[in-house]
Amino acid sequence: MKNVLRLNSIGAMAVRILFAAAAAFPIVFMLVSSLKPDQQIFGDMSSVAAFLPIGNISLDNYTAVFDRVPAARFLINSVGVSAVTVVLGIFINSLCAFALSRMQVRGKRVVFTAILATLIVPFQTLALPLVWWVNQLPYFELNGFSLEISKGWLDTYQVQIIPFIANAFSIYLYHQYFESIPKELDEAARIDGAGWFKIYRQVVMPLAGPATATVAILTFLPAWNSYLWPLMVVQSEELRPVMIGIQYFFQLNVSWGEVMAYASLITVPVVVLFIAFQRSFINSIASSGVKG
Amino acid sequence: MNKRFTRILATSITAAALVGGLAACGKGSASATSQDGNEITMWTHNAGNPDELAAIESIVDKYNKSGAAKAQIKVQAFPQDSYNDSVVSAAAAGKLPCIVDIDGPNVPNWAWAKYLTPLKLSTDLSKNLPSTVAKWEGETYAVGYYDVALAMLARASDLKAAGVRAATVEKPWTKEEFQDALTKLKALGKWQYPLDMGTAGTGEWLPYAYSPLLQSFGGDLVNRDGFQSADGALNGDKAVEWAAWFRGLADQGFMAKKSGKDSTQDFLNNKSGLVYTGSWAADKARKALGKDLTVMPSVDLGNGPKIGGASWQWGVTSGCKNSEAAMDYLSYSLKPENIAAVATATGTIPATDEAAALIPAFAEGGENRVFMELSRQQAVMRPETPAYPFIATEYGKAVQDILAGADPKTVLDKAVKAIDANIKSNGGYKN
Repeated sequence: MKNVLRLNSIGAMAVRILFAAAAAFPIVFMLVSSLKPDQQIFGDMSSVAAFLPIGNISLDNYTAVFDRVPAARFLINSVGVSAVTVVLGIFINSLCAFALSRMQVRGKRVVFTAILATLIVPFQTLALPLVWWVNQLPYFELNGFSLEISKGWLDTYQVQIIPFIANAFSIYLYHQYFESIPKELDEAARIDGAGWFKIYRQVVMPLAGPATATVAILTFLPAWNSYLWPLMVVQSEELRPVMIGIQYFFQLNVSWGEVMAYASLITVPVVVLFIAFQRSFINSIASSGVKG
Repeated sequence: MNKRFTRILATSITAAALVGGLAACGKGSASATSQDGNEITMWTHNAGNPDELAAIESIVDKYNKSGAAKAQIKVQAFPQDSYNDSVVSAAAAGKLPCIVDIDGPNVPNWAWAKYLTPLKLSTDLSKNLPSTVAKWEGETYAVGYYDVALAMLARASDLKAAGVRAATVEKPWTKEEFQDALTKLKALGKWQYPLDMGTAGTGEWLPYAYSPLLQSFGGDLVNRDGFQSADGALNGDKAVEWAAWFRGLADQGFMAKKSGKDSTQDFLNNKSGLVYTGSWAADKARKALGKDLTVMPSVDLGNGPKIGGASWQWGVTSGCKNSEAAMDYLSYSLKPENIAAVATATGTIPATDEAAALIPAFAEGGENRVFMELSRQQAVMRPETPAYPFIATEYGKAVQDILAGADPKTVLDKAVKAIDANIKSNGGYKN
């Protein structure tokens, strides 16, 4: 009986290793190929050597990446835009969800349904009208001691951030999480003299850590992977995010080693973030029953 | 816990301040650039191509410092694959710069959409390669420094081993010779597929690479008489014959239905014996293979060998408030030494003989001169109609469906129906 159990656990472990390997192999291939010259990448493709850092290994592709693309600038831009979007997204969306979950306002179900309805509209259909709209918005610029007002947000940082702060899915996630927090806690706080914002700040949000972690990751990923929108609204190289940079490599003769090196560079922050939030992320998914 | 949340809140407020800060200082130089002052902006697709970008920037720099400059030119570079999307978005927002570069076949569409204004240059363009001058409705809207040419690359040693003659510009392979060559090359047993036609390609590659083969059969993408319908041209007997032949190359095991991502690299790694590619691959292949490299023209499939014409070109936008300066710059940039500098940086075919004479590889007897001959003798312009981007998309889908095994006649009829409907719904794309 013990032997059967052991065999079963060995079998289960083997299956897990197989799945883990299948999930890891594109990343391993990317990292390994980023160290090889083009000819070797294609030469190794038909054997297991494609996944092993053997042969003519160097960091030349990484050096070439920085020659071809202002990668450091793009990374800084993406980190800044993503971080601000995440922080403001957590604040705004949780506030909205709190109001919808806790406050007694007439028509809040209609508002909540309307917010959820926006989930079914693909961004691509909104993109062009949105370009037109952001180009009509006023823009304030400090020129010496005078404040100048011009029109149009194109080619700015805020045009990459503000349209993506309010997010229906984040509101839904927070709303569902807040609903699971007993309302008796609010009432107890009220008896102690707390107002709505204090209840939000000191009672509800501290208990919503896993939801916050999930919202952070689910906001960060699209912000980091953002491609279509910056392509449409950002013209200056100094404001471009990392995903636009990948297109720099697709010339008539593509250097695949450089593509892999750049892809590795822009993948690392995402992996680091996921590892940092992994536990909370899984807890939130487990408790809310929501898949990302 | 409360302290932790206070920290989060403080971070949020800081972030809000940061956004305010970004708003104050984060405006890019593109929007700040004045087009009606003494500076005009020029967009190019060369981000990520340091050599070509440096050549363009050098011309701009010389112009700006020439003393005769009518405005200072400011270059902004975009990555090629996403360049068109950036231009279309900017046009929608009314934020186009003064000078843009354009992929040649898209010029009529951009002219029809009123993005571009006709060029009024002081340069004589009559001696340029015809494919480097883009015209629509009798007006010139764009001009390029260079073109590229399709060709087939092989190893002389492989052709010799298979007992196949090398095709030349004067005597290209016929359809029968091509079939025979592929059969013999396959019989060598060196490759799973002796031919690589770049069937993994997407986007503009599909019409650029494969419509000349259709034209060599006697078909076309659209009826060029008025460009009002594709019926008969894209789904007639000749077109169906082309589709069956093309599909047959895969069925006979001569080429993969979907090739590797980089056909040139696969050829250099000896994964194919014959690669159908462009002049841009020649220098890399010559460096790797030396004198064993053979450059051959495309196959004559009945109506002479054909290749696609037109590459990237320059135009002036219709909203430019200083178009005189923009025209002046373009005229300046078309000097032979400037054309030669860009063609050298890109390994492309210079637009004029005067420029070619300045580049040893393209001068008479040069190793790349053959591409100039191919471009001059075999280039067919992609249909000069505003409908071209739509036609190209439909044709690309048809090619992929044909390779996937769909019935050629059905697929081509479907493409014709879509193209004709598009032309009709746009009022025939009349000016």
